[in-house]
Amino acid sequence: MSAEGHAPTEQREVAVYDRGAAVVQSDAFENPGLPPHRPRQTDLHPEKERRAARQVVLWFLLSMLGSVLAIVAYIAVPIEPGDMGTVRFNNLFLGLGIALALLGIGFGGMHWARQLMSSHEVVEERHLSRGSEKSRARAVEIFQLGDQESGFSRRSLIRNTLIAAVALVPLPAVVLFRDLAPAQDAVEAISNTMWKAGTRLALDPSGTPIRADDVTIGSAFHVIPEDLTELGHGEGYLDQKALAAVLLVRVPLDRLNEQPARAGWSYDGIVAYSKICTHVGCPVALYEQQTHHLLCPCHQSTFDVTNHAKVIFGPAKRPLPQLPITVDDEGYLIAQSDFTEPIGPSYFERLGNIDPEHIPLTAAELETRA
Amino acid sequence: MTSTATRPSITSAASNYLDERTSISTMVATLGRKVFPDHWSFMLGEVILYSFVAILLSGTFLTFFFDPSMTEVEYEGSYVPLKGVAMSAAYASSLDISFDIRGGLLMRQVHHWAALLFVAAIVLHLLRVFFTGAFRKPREVNWVVGFILFILAMAEGFTGYSLPDDLLSGNGLAIINGMVKGIPIVGTWISYMFFGGLFPGDDIVPRLFVLHIMLLPAIVIALIGVHLVLMVVNKHTQFAGPGKTNDNVVGAPIMPLFAAKAGSFFFIVFGIIVLIASTFTINPIWNYGPYDPSPVSAGTQPDWYIGFADGALRLAPGLESEILGMTLSWNILIPMAVLGLFIVLVMFYPFIEQWITGDKREHHIAERPRNNPTRTGIGAAGMVFYAVMWAAASSDLIATHFQLNVFQVTWWLQATLILGPIIAFWVTRRIAIALQKKDREILLHGYESGNIRRLPGGEYVEVHEPLDEYESWKLKAFDSYEPVMVRPNAKGRITPATHVRAALTRWFFEDRIAPVSRGELEAAKHDH
Repeated sequence: MSAEGHAPTEQREVAVYDRGAAVVQSDAFENPGLPPHRPRQTDLHPEKERRAARQVVLWFLLSMLGSVLAIVAYIAVPIEPGDMGTVRFNNLFLGLGIALALLGIGFGGMHWARQLMSSHEVVEERHLSRGSEKSRARAVEIFQLGDQESGFSRRSLIRNTLIAAVALVPLPAVVLFRDLAPAQDAVEAISNTMWKAGTRLALDPSGTPIRADDVTIGSAFHVIPEDLTELGHGEGYLDQKALAAVLLVRVPLDRLNEQPARAGWSYDGIVAYSKICTHVGCPVALYEQQTHHLLCPCHQSTFDVTNHAKVIFGPAKRPLPQLPITVDDEGYLIAQSDFTEPIGPSYFERLGNIDPEHIPLTAAELETRA
Repeated sequence: MTSTATRPSITSAASNYLDERTSISTMVATLGRKVFPDHWSFMLGEVILYSFVAILLSGTFLTFFFDPSMTEVEYEGSYVPLKGVAMSAAYASSLDISFDIRGGLLMRQVHHWAALLFVAAIVLHLLRVFFTGAFRKPREVNWVVGFILFILAMAEGFTGYSLPDDLLSGNGLAIINGMVKGIPIVGTWISYMFFGGLFPGDDIVPRLFVLHIMLLPAIVIALIGVHLVLMVVNKHTQFAGPGKTNDNVVGAPIMPLFAAKAGSFFFIVFGIIVLIASTFTINPIWNYGPYDPSPVSAGTQPDWYIGFADGALRLAPGLESEILGMTLSWNILIPMAVLGLFIVLVMFYPFIEQWITGDKREHHIAERPRNNPTRTGIGAAGMVFYAVMWAAASSDLIATHFQLNVFQVTWWLQATLILGPIIAFWVTRRIAIALQKKDREILLHGYESGNIRRLPGGEYVEVHEPLDEYESWKLKAFDSYEPVMVRPNAKGRITPATHVRAALTRWFFEDRIAPVSRGELEAAKHDH
């Protein structure tokens, strides 16, 4: 439909907007105008009208019934503590009652509107969205008066110092947010875990120390530092666990492809890796016994445990950090030290937190991906 | 009133009382018979508004019982499998709402289902507006307001999803933590401040709670108000039809028909949400357990509207650079940049299209998608791009359900992410042009009546009947554009922007199908 075909009436203010690449069709059709009104069945047949009216009333009555049923359900179908079935029935009957109460009003009202209310279409004129010429001129005038009376343009020093002052005023608010976090430096806080020389590897969540003999080939242990269980939730239990969680696996020695410099980090085929994915930090909790692959269930990064947990698939880039382990006099697995590099997702300042004794994997060992 | 002999009715007395104090009759006089056009697709915006009301009502109920605290408590409620387990007060109170408060589970489920419907309706409404060109002048500003509402709705969804502090929601926060840490220079500190120290810390649930129930809803309500006021000022678009022009609105007046339909529809939407909430479980947090950074189950997925962001992370290449002691996580930065660019392009599309067409007129007729084939193609490409990222958030489930290798599924999705939009654009554009050709064919030669006649010579023909003038108007009435020529500007120069614009108009309108003219129709009649 072309705007040209329907030129604005004379009373209307004319604003001619650029039509750009639009084509004016010289030979266009005329709008035929509204088609004749088609009466509904309820307009033609009084008995149908009466029936529709009865149906509307019926819907409203059903709505009332629904409200009553919901209250009845609330009282008559209580929740028995410990009995999950009662929760389900309470939810179901209460919900069905409320749904009926709402839908009854909705369907009844809609039926009334569609069948019984006047269905004649109403035509309303549109006008351009912009204000009338008069109000536009008045607006300009008001701004000019405002400028003159305040001297906003003339007194440039006042204006500019005001702008500068308003620009500075939010800055204290920015500073105020510093104490959202503790005083400790962020980079330091996230760069170390609870592991230290001699910390026993313990089962998650019981805290039972693990003997090397108990780790059979092909089994994967979810591990925490033994002293983590001494922390309460208020004392950072979850925070420390999020840093220190480890996955422990025993790989057959003939499958274990260890870099010689890191040979001292494992014990008899038992290797320990950080469980926190180097992509965005999900727990890498899925272990495939046959392939010795660790799979992150969040984004499918896959790590090869036989090759120092290097990435063989997915969006992660770095291998999982390895925890150097050995056994103590009683045969329990212990850490030789903390992780030698930060665990978890990469962050900007990460390289500054790598320990001097860290043994990186060579580029050649990292290369192959699926 | 009082001077007349008849006693005023109670309603008229009350109206008078109110008007003498508020001048409300002015508003009724201006808006009372305002006309709203009717089309099923205009219902989508209403679904958004009504599901939002359902969210507000159920959410308010939930705040009376929810304890937004990460203080450790020992669960003593009636859900037996978790009895005695240490958990946050937030998770414990979420369990109490589910199992110890009558109607609590219902309200939780109403809240969650309504939220899913809310975002879904926003997406459909956005697509309707896009494909019908209803974002064109004077509605560009309202498109931007609506798009900001879409982003705020996702933010509301994510903050709400994180509140119960169950295993899944905590894991979602872990991913956010990892993503934020990937931002250069400020990422580590933003994460540190956000979580109040180490992840997960003790502060994140109360902080998200304030965002979820106060700050974000306040902005959403304000912007919904702006959106609706602008709709009233601009008046609603209508589809081309007999009697419907760019200068009028044809439809139902607010009093009584539109108000009755809209009011009833609110109860229908709310009723359907309650019906779903009473019969289908959503987010059974009791199955997941309290948040713990160590365990995670396979096949976990976010709520549907966050899927595209999660999928983008899954499809990203595993790249990271270490330059001059800095770590740059491309595996996070690339998806963030791609999503950011996508969002910016969609948000500013009305301005881009207007720059290309140069059409500064007001448009109040919603276009049929076929009549703007290039835009429709662009929309289809955008949908495929979004849909592939969204499907990628279930790459592991696709692999397990269809017995495929998850690596291969990922590679396929990566390829589809790039090729899919190109193919979708081309195919959709061709289909739109073909449909336009079909419309021309019907106008010029009539529709196939199904009536077969045998001619005296033995030949069989199908009789084509012409459409009546009302039906045919819909097929004739549309704006048509053609490529612009490169012309020097007022200073006699040809700028690079002129060349770009000319090339873009060629790309947009080269294959244009012009609307049928009277001359053509006359000529076609004489052929027969």
